[in-house]
Amino acid sequence: MTTTAKTATVPGPRAAADYDGHLLEVRDLHVEFHTRDGVAKAVNGVNYTVDAGETLAVLGESGSGKSVTAQAIMGILDMPPGRIPQGEVLFRGQDMLTMGKEERRKIRGQKIAMIFQDALSSLNPVLSVGYQLGEMFRVHQGLSKKEAKAKAIELMERVKIPAAKERVNDYPHQFSGGMRMGLILITHDLGVVADVADKIAVMYAGRIVETAPVHELYARPAHPYTRGLLDSIPRLDQKGQELYAIKGLPPNLTRIPSGCAFNPRCPMAQDICRTEVPTLAPVTEQDGTDLPGRGSACHFWKETIHG
Amino acid sequence: MGRYVIRRLLQMIPVFIGATLLIFLMVNVMGDPVAGLCGDRQCDPATAQRLRTDLGLDKPVWQQYLTYMGNVFTGDFGTAFNGQKVTELMGSAFPVTIRLTIVAIVLEIVIGITLGVVTGLRRGRPVDTGVLILTLVVISVPTFVTGLLVQLLLGVKWGWIKPAVSSEATFGELFVPGLVLASVSLAYVTRLTRTSIAENRRADYVRTAIAKGLPRRRVITRHLLRNSLIPVVTFIGTDIGALMGGAIVTERIFNIHGVGFQLYQGILRQNTQTVVGFVTVLVLVFLVANLIVDLLYAVLDPRIRYA
Repeated sequence: MTTTAKTATVPGPRAAADYDGHLLEVRDLHVEFHTRDGVAKAVNGVNYTVDAGETLAVLGESGSGKSVTAQAIMGILDMPPGRIPQGEVLFRGQDMLTMGKEERRKIRGQKIAMIFQDALSSLNPVLSVGYQLGEMFRVHQGLSKKEAKAKAIELMERVKIPAAKERVNDYPHQFSGGMRMGLILITHDLGVVADVADKIAVMYAGRIVETAPVHELYARPAHPYTRGLLDSIPRLDQKGQELYAIKGLPPNLTRIPSGCAFNPRCPMAQDICRTEVPTLAPVTEQDGTDLPGRGSACHFWKETIHG
Repeated sequence: MGRYVIRRLLQMIPVFIGATLLIFLMVNVMGDPVAGLCGDRQCDPATAQRLRTDLGLDKPVWQQYLTYMGNVFTGDFGTAFNGQKVTELMGSAFPVTIRLTIVAIVLEIVIGITLGVVTGLRRGRPVDTGVLILTLVVISVPTFVTGLLVQLLLGVKWGWIKPAVSSEATFGELFVPGLVLASVSLAYVTRLTRTSIAENRRADYVRTAIAKGLPRRRVITRHLLRNSLIPVVTFIGTDIGALMGGAIVTERIFNIHGVGFQLYQGILRQNTQTVVGFVTVLVLVFLVANLIVDLLYAVLDPRIRYA
């Protein structure tokens, strides 16, 4: 099982000067892929919001829909085979899915950017790194070739690439693995996620199954899947024990189990889990006090968090 | 790089010797060159014997080859059947064929790559299917059929072009013959570009380019096309030699007095020196074109280094 975290950070308060709603809001997003084996439902009604200066981490196994959600937001989904039958992606209140192509392109790379997992393989092998970095400034800010190159060097220096001036004309394959790592933060380490993110959304089979402020999620998960993920983290204080793993495999997206998609793998599954899809409901303390920002899509969230 | 070029040039020597020897032997097997010298009449045996001694044809083949090659290196390619120097024939034939080849290559590049990009980006759509069927037809129909058909329709029936090219063989006159000559290669270039574009379209670096917010045009020309053209350049490069030597049919149909025409005459008259001379030059063209293609690789793809 690989668990990765994707983080979405949105520019600071400056961007929100004349708009006071959520900076990014995803509403009931659905994404499906038409494949030979049928329709794979990769994202099934995802909702979340990100405010200015806030970092949201999306957590889940491969195939849980994190990347597809991010691609749908960025507008880099391969369509076809991908399709967005339903949903809205609001950037400062404007639906990016329905706005003009040109308008959307201007947001991409300038207002919303995506950091790819492996920077090297995501870069064009036949163009220099400096050119590819500088290209953004040329397109979005209309800088000259020379100015763009200076900006590229500046960027490379900021991520501590040694001798940035000399290396600006190098090609991606000439960069070592270590230098590539300097460019981005890739993590399979849930401890790192805790340091960079403010809130977390856990995804399973294209749905958000739990949301919570980052530290609360680690302390008290309200969904059996989240608990399984956290239990499968290797710990220094539990040396020599067998590593816990969630039993079973992530579901086939063309045949998502009925009811709660996690039910075949869930240690707490009951009959209701096989028939009724649980909705993401607010999670409260035992005495009913509100836990702000927390939600769980489990019929037995009470038992999970309090039991 | 410099060492690589020198090594490649040295490697050309055995290839050159082998190719010329082969063609020399094959032409010798073809028949009695003296018979051709007397035109359509039967040679008088005494004259034939004298001619044979004069031309050194009574000596063993290997000695003839050495003498011939010795002459070639001093710039003497011998005499054609009509008494003209072979070098003179070359002087008049090569410029015509080079013009024809330029027309063909330009059409291949412009039409072939454009169609390839358009279909590659719209794979499975009607445009794609239409062009695909068209290329299949062009590839399956032999050039002499296409050529004669075009000549009949455009030249004779509709009178859009002159059915035969004049001795000046200007670029304008060579447009239609060039198109006929290029047709099969053009279809291959289209298919090659199409496959390459369709494959690279899903590449990570294209996704990155889109995510950066680059205009579609820039994504296609700077990122997608540059990578996709590498196999196409190879094909076009090796095709230069093939087009120059393979224009025999096209040149016959449109009465173009180029290399193909002279080769045809040489073979018909069993004139060893014309045939071997022209083929020798064509072998050189092939070798040099291949070297240039290999060097172009490094320009197109910086990951390729020559040692």
